[in-house]
Amino acid sequence: MLSKDIKMKDPINAAPYKSGKTFDWRDYIVYIAFVGVLVYFSISLFDEGFLSSQNLMNIFRQTAMISIMAVAMTFVISTGEIDLSVGSITALASLTTALAIQAGFGLFGGVVVGLGTGILIGLINGLLITKVAIPSFLVTLGMMGIVRGLAMWSTNTAPVPILDQNFNFFFGSGDLGPIPILLVWTFVFALVGHILLRKTSFGRQTLATGGNESAAKFSGVKTAKVKLMVFIGTGLAAGFAGILYAGRMQAGRYTFGEGDELSVIAAVILGGTALAGGVGTVVGTVIGSLMIGTINNGLIIMGLDVSQQMIVRGLIIILAVAIGRKTIKR
Amino acid sequence: MEQTMLSMKNISKAFNGIEVLKSVDFSVEKGEVHALMGGNGAGKSTLMKILTGVYTADGGDVFIEGKPVTINDMKDARANKISMIFQEFSLIPTLTVAENIFLTREAKTSLGLLNDKECVEKTRDLLKELEVDINPNELVGNLGVGYWQMTEIAKALSQEAKILIMDEPTSSLTKNETEILFKFINKLKRKGISIIYISHRMDEIFEICDRITILRDGKNMVTENCKDIPLETVIQHIVGAEMDKAFEWQERSYPHGSNPILEVKNLASGSRVNDISFKLYPGEILGIAGLMGSGRSEVARSIFGIDPIDSGEVFIKGEKQSIKNPTDAISAGLALIPEDRRVQGLVLAHSVKENMILPILSKLKKGPFVDDRKAIELSNELVKKLNIKTDNIYKTTSLLSGGNQQKIVLAKWLANDPDVLILDEPTIGVDIGAKTEIIDIIRELADSGKSILVISSELPELLAVSDRVIVLHDGRVVKELNRKEIQAEEELQHAIQGY
Repeated sequence: MLSKDIKMKDPINAAPYKSGKTFDWRDYIVYIAFVGVLVYFSISLFDEGFLSSQNLMNIFRQTAMISIMAVAMTFVISTGEIDLSVGSITALASLTTALAIQAGFGLFGGVVVGLGTGILIGLINGLLITKVAIPSFLVTLGMMGIVRGLAMWSTNTAPVPILDQNFNFFFGSGDLGPIPILLVWTFVFALVGHILLRKTSFGRQTLATGGNESAAKFSGVKTAKVKLMVFIGTGLAAGFAGILYAGRMQAGRYTFGEGDELSVIAAVILGGTALAGGVGTVVGTVIGSLMIGTINNGLIIMGLDVSQQMIVRGLIIILAVAIGRKTIKR
Repeated sequence: MEQTMLSMKNISKAFNGIEVLKSVDFSVEKGEVHALMGGNGAGKSTLMKILTGVYTADGGDVFIEGKPVTINDMKDARANKISMIFQEFSLIPTLTVAENIFLTREAKTSLGLLNDKECVEKTRDLLKELEVDINPNELVGNLGVGYWQMTEIAKALSQEAKILIMDEPTSSLTKNETEILFKFINKLKRKGISIIYISHRMDEIFEICDRITILRDGKNMVTENCKDIPLETVIQHIVGAEMDKAFEWQERSYPHGSNPILEVKNLASGSRVNDISFKLYPGEILGIAGLMGSGRSEVARSIFGIDPIDSGEVFIKGEKQSIKNPTDAISAGLALIPEDRRVQGLVLAHSVKENMILPILSKLKKGPFVDDRKAIELSNELVKKLNIKTDNIYKTTSLLSGGNQQKIVLAKWLANDPDVLILDEPTIGVDIGAKTEIIDIIRELADSGKSILVISSELPELLAVSDRVIVLHDGRVVKELNRKEIQAEEELQHAIQGY
C-alpha cells in the first residue's frame, strides 16, 4: 500500500526534496491501535483479570506461532510475493517431528526433521516461483492443499503423541522463571528477523526487490535468489511453528495451523508492511500479531462465541488498514 | 577535449536478415555532450543497446580511451565505465537516496552488518561534489523527476562511470527542472564526463550539445558541430528527402457557424483551474497554451468529468451539461485523448482491434454478443484512414512505435464519432515523421467538421494547427490570440512567459 502511494505521487508537483523522512502518524497506526485495544480491554475486562500476568503470558503463548511465521512472511511480502502454504506446513512439520521422535531420533532429530520439512517445501515453492515463473499466489495456494493433504494422509488423520517431556518443555509448555518459553522463541525470531531486514544487505535487497524489481536487477541484485531465500525462510519459520504446536499439544496433528496463513498475512499488513512490496517492518509485524492475539483473547474473555469473534476480528483489521491508508480515493 | 573517450567503428547489426545498422561510426570525446538523433527505427536504440551489452554487434569494434573492448552484458558495460541513465526504471522508490546509490555495494561494519551512517556520509560528499541539493535520507519516491535523474547520475558516477547515455532525459521535466538538469550536465562536462544525449527536442540539443550525429535507416548521415549545422539541415537529415512543410500554418476555411459547439463559463476545479471561460466553434481548432502547472491539462480533465467541477458551467450545443464522469462526457459527444497514452490511453497488451473497439462495444452488439465482422471491418477502415503501420489488426499494440500507438488512441475515439475532440499533448514522445502525420490528421478531422481542443507544450505544433490560441496562467485565461495575428513563435512564447 505504502509503496503504491509513493509511486502514484505526482512527480512534477512533488516538492523537489523535503528535509529527511517526514513523520506521518499513519505509519504508526498499528502501535496506536494496539495501545487502544490494550486500554479498552484493560478497563472493560479489569474484573475478569485481563491484566493478570497469567493472562498476558497466555496471550504470548497463543500468538507465538503466528508471530514467528509473520516475521518470515514480512520478508516474502516485502518482495511483493505471498506465501499461503505456511499453515499447512505447520501441520505436516508437527507430524514429521512427532514421527521422528516416536521412531527414536530423539529431541534433536525431531527438530531437524521438522525444520527440514519446512525448508524443503519452502525450497520447492521458491523454485517453482523463480525458475518456472508461476505467480507465488498460485504456487502456494496449490502447495497449501498438497501439504495439508500429505499431513492427513501420512498418518491416516490420526494424531501422533509425543512422550519426550524435554521436547514438550523446550518447544511448548515450558517456562523460564516467569517467562513462557514460547515468548523466548518469539523474541529470538523477531530479533534475528529485525537485524536481517534492517542491518544486512540481504534485507536491503529484499526491500529493493519488492520496491522495483527491474531496478533492483539493474543495480545488480539477484532478485531470483532473494525470492528463493525468502520462501525458504517462510518454510523454515512454518516448520518451527509446527514444532511449537507439537510441543504445546504434546502431539503432531494434521489440523494444526488451519487458517493461520490468513492471520499471519493480516499481522504483517497490520504492522505496516506494504502488500505491494518494498516497505517492510519486523517490529510492526510482531505488534500486529500481538494485537490480533490480544483481540482474540479479549473477545474470548468477554464471552463472545467463535462466530462473533471472527466478525469483530475482521472488522478491526479492515478498520486499522483503512485508517492507515495514505490516500483515500475520491 | 582532444581525447577520444569512446569510439565505435563499422558497427553492423541485423535482425532476421534485416540490417538495422550498416557499418556505423560513432565517437565521443572526453567531456563532450554528443547528441544522437534520428526517427524511430533509425537505429539509435540498437546502437546504444550494443554499447550497453544488451545486443552483440554482428561486426565492428568498440574502443574505450583507445583500447578495444568487448561488451557482452551490463556488467561489462559498467566495467568499461559506461552507464545508461534510465528515466525511472533503475531506482527503487521505497528506499532512500543513499540506500539506492549504494545498493549491493553498501558499506559494512566489522560485524558484516550494514553501515548506513557511512553510506549516508559518502552520499552526502558525492552530492556535495556534484553540487546537488538532495537529502541522502529522503525516500526516492518523494523526489521530483528531475532530482530522481540526478540521483541516478550520482549513482552511475559513484561506480566510476565516464560515459553516460541519457535517453530523452527532459521528456517528463518542467522547464525549471530542465534548466537545473542542464546546469548539472555542464558541471559533468567540466569533470570530463562524456554524455550521449538522445532526444527529439532540437532546441535543447542546440542548447546543451557540442556535436550531433544523425542516424537514418541504420546509417550515419552526419556528424557535425552543433553550431555549424542549421536546424533545417538537421530536420532534412532526419526526415530524409521530402522536406517537411507540416509545421507551417496552412490557411484553412472552416464553417464556423455562429453558435459555439462547446462553451465553458467560469470553470473552477481543484487548485489548478480557477476561472476559465472559452468558446469552441464547429470545425475549429482551439489551441490551449500555458506553462506546466498553468491548468492546461486540468481544464480538460474537469470538462471530461475526471476531476470534479467546483463551480462554473459547461454547455454543449447550447445545452447546459452536468458531466460527472467520463461516461457522461462520452455520451455528450466529447472525447479526451490523454497525455500519457501508455498509461491512460491504451491497453498495451491487447491487439489493435480490441483497443479500437473498446469505447464502442455497446454499439457493435449483435444480440448479447459483439459483432466481430463489423468490428474487423471498422478496425481495418480506421487503420487505413489513419495510415497506421501495423502488420494487421491483431497485432499487440505494445509492439508498435509511439507514433502508431498515438494514432490508435486517436482511432479509438474516432470510432465513437465525437463532436469535440480534446487532445492533450498529441505528439509527445513520437518521432518527427509520425508527428507531421498526426498534425495532418488533426487538420483533416477539423476540415471534416470536428471541433478540436489541442493542449500542447510544443509551440510549433500549436501554431501549425490552431485557428485560435488561448493562453492559461494560474488556472485563468490571460490571453486569446487569433492565429493570423501571431507572426512568430516568439510572440506566443512571450504571451506564455509574460505573466
